[in-house]
Amino acid sequence: MTDRRFTPSAWLLPAASLLVSVLLWQALAASRLHLGVVTFANVPSPVEVLRAGWDLLQSPKLLFHLGHSLVRVFAGFAAAALLGIGLGLLVGRARWARSTLLPPLEVLRPIPAVAWIPLSVLVFPSSEVSMIFITFIGALFPILLATIHGVDSVDERLIASARSLGARRWQLFGEVIVPGAAPAIITGLAIGMGTCWFCLVTAEMISGQFGIGYYTWESYTLQNYANIVVGMLLIGLLGMGSSALIRFAGRRAMPWQRGGA
Amino acid sequence: MNAPLHALQAQTGRVALSSVSIRVGSGADAFTAVQEVDLDIAPGEFVCLLGPSGCGKSTLLGALAGHLQPAQGRILLDGAAINGPSPERGLVFQHHTLLPWRSVIDNVAFGLKMRGQPRAARHAAARALLELVGLGGFETRYPAQLSGGMQQRVEIARVLLGQPRVLLMDEPFGALDALTRLKMQQLLLDVWDRFGTTVVFVTHDIDEALFLADRIVVMSPRPGRIIEDIRLPFARPRDASLSTSADFNTLKRHLLALLHHDADAAPLPRLSPLGAVRPHELQFAI
Repeated sequence: MTDRRFTPSAWLLPAASLLVSVLLWQALAASRLHLGVVTFANVPSPVEVLRAGWDLLQSPKLLFHLGHSLVRVFAGFAAAALLGIGLGLLVGRARWARSTLLPPLEVLRPIPAVAWIPLSVLVFPSSEVSMIFITFIGALFPILLATIHGVDSVDERLIASARSLGARRWQLFGEVIVPGAAPAIITGLAIGMGTCWFCLVTAEMISGQFGIGYYTWESYTLQNYANIVVGMLLIGLLGMGSSALIRFAGRRAMPWQRGGA
Repeated sequence: MNAPLHALQAQTGRVALSSVSIRVGSGADAFTAVQEVDLDIAPGEFVCLLGPSGCGKSTLLGALAGHLQPAQGRILLDGAAINGPSPERGLVFQHHTLLPWRSVIDNVAFGLKMRGQPRAARHAAARALLELVGLGGFETRYPAQLSGGMQQRVEIARVLLGQPRVLLMDEPFGALDALTRLKMQQLLLDVWDRFGTTVVFVTHDIDEALFLADRIVVMSPRPGRIIEDIRLPFARPRDASLSTSADFNTLKRHLLALLHHDADAAPLPRLSPLGAVRPHELQFAI
């Protein structure tokens, strides 16, 4: 498997596909194609985007916006991870928690995080906190549900064996249930990280003053069309990077899965 | 190191079941898996519970382990009622239940960790048992990196470290290939010889029961009842040549007849020592 990564066909085709996509974009933007339903008249070309990206890279604005967004994502995600994993373990294991905590959560779950924006602006006087709250809501449910699912899927026989070997309630939790649910929790965290960025960008566009989502929207209102795409690409990059970071941390924390079946 | 242990354990490990019935499942799906079982097992005895699939022999084992409660009757170990699972009644399943996230040595030492023993002491004890089951040198592997036979050997070592009075085994070699199974049976007899622990061994394999046991208890299909209790006349130590002896084959024919007296009935699904599989009340999708 490691060998295949270095054969030409494994990277040549994807690279060629990417290149063709960029060229197509360049052609559409340069020709200012107008098809009635969709028009490329105002779409910046890759070259313009590259130039705008380069400019942003050298201006202090980049770090400023990125910093704000990262702090919000980190705060919202950390809160969602703490609460989601904690509640998930509780609901997954304790019958009373399942029957008391789950019903209200089930009612809230189908509400998209974006629909929380108006209410959260009303509830939290600080727009900063309201944006973090939206990010938190977005990540909470994927993490919560993945944790419940992970706890449910722990092999009953492992639990029985551990009890036969003398594990008590809390030991069972730390030794069997949490590690058994860990792969599902990591998946939930990676999905939650994705929704975190999605929600943050939306919240920043609506009520933000700084941040990468705000930057993207501001570029639109200021008619810096190339910067819109720069913002979009940055958001994609950050989302991808942070999800990859979680999966990497997951693999490091679960070495038994590497050699595993 | 095992001589005093052996002497000590010869005194313990007496199992007494009196009119034990066990019901499995809940609501409309509940059924009587084990009915009115009376059984006395002497300390150090090797008893095989033999019966067709789904006859309740694993259910009985689950009750001995403390994972299931009898609906009626009493189960005593050395005169004391069984109350929940405990290391003194070690349970081995058909498929290993080693923790995938723990190395071999940490799996074996798990019971001692639960009792708060320091790492060095529990690793030393675990290492000695791994040597005993022929797995010295595999301490740092993860369970997924071992073969099925090795996984079961680790499992046996782990259970033995709790110094059980009874070893409860639920078709522990049922998933292994024929050759590995023979080796494991020999290994188990060697280990049993050293520790002198009472063994209750569930199987539906007649040859296995004849090779291993002091005594074979045959159970009927559901609801499981004892229909025969045979004390085997074979001397120990035993080896593979036993299976070609005339006595062996006479008994084998007898047991085959017992197990096949209603061969036309549809086979029942395998039961688990943990009772009915618990359906999850809630299902979601993300």
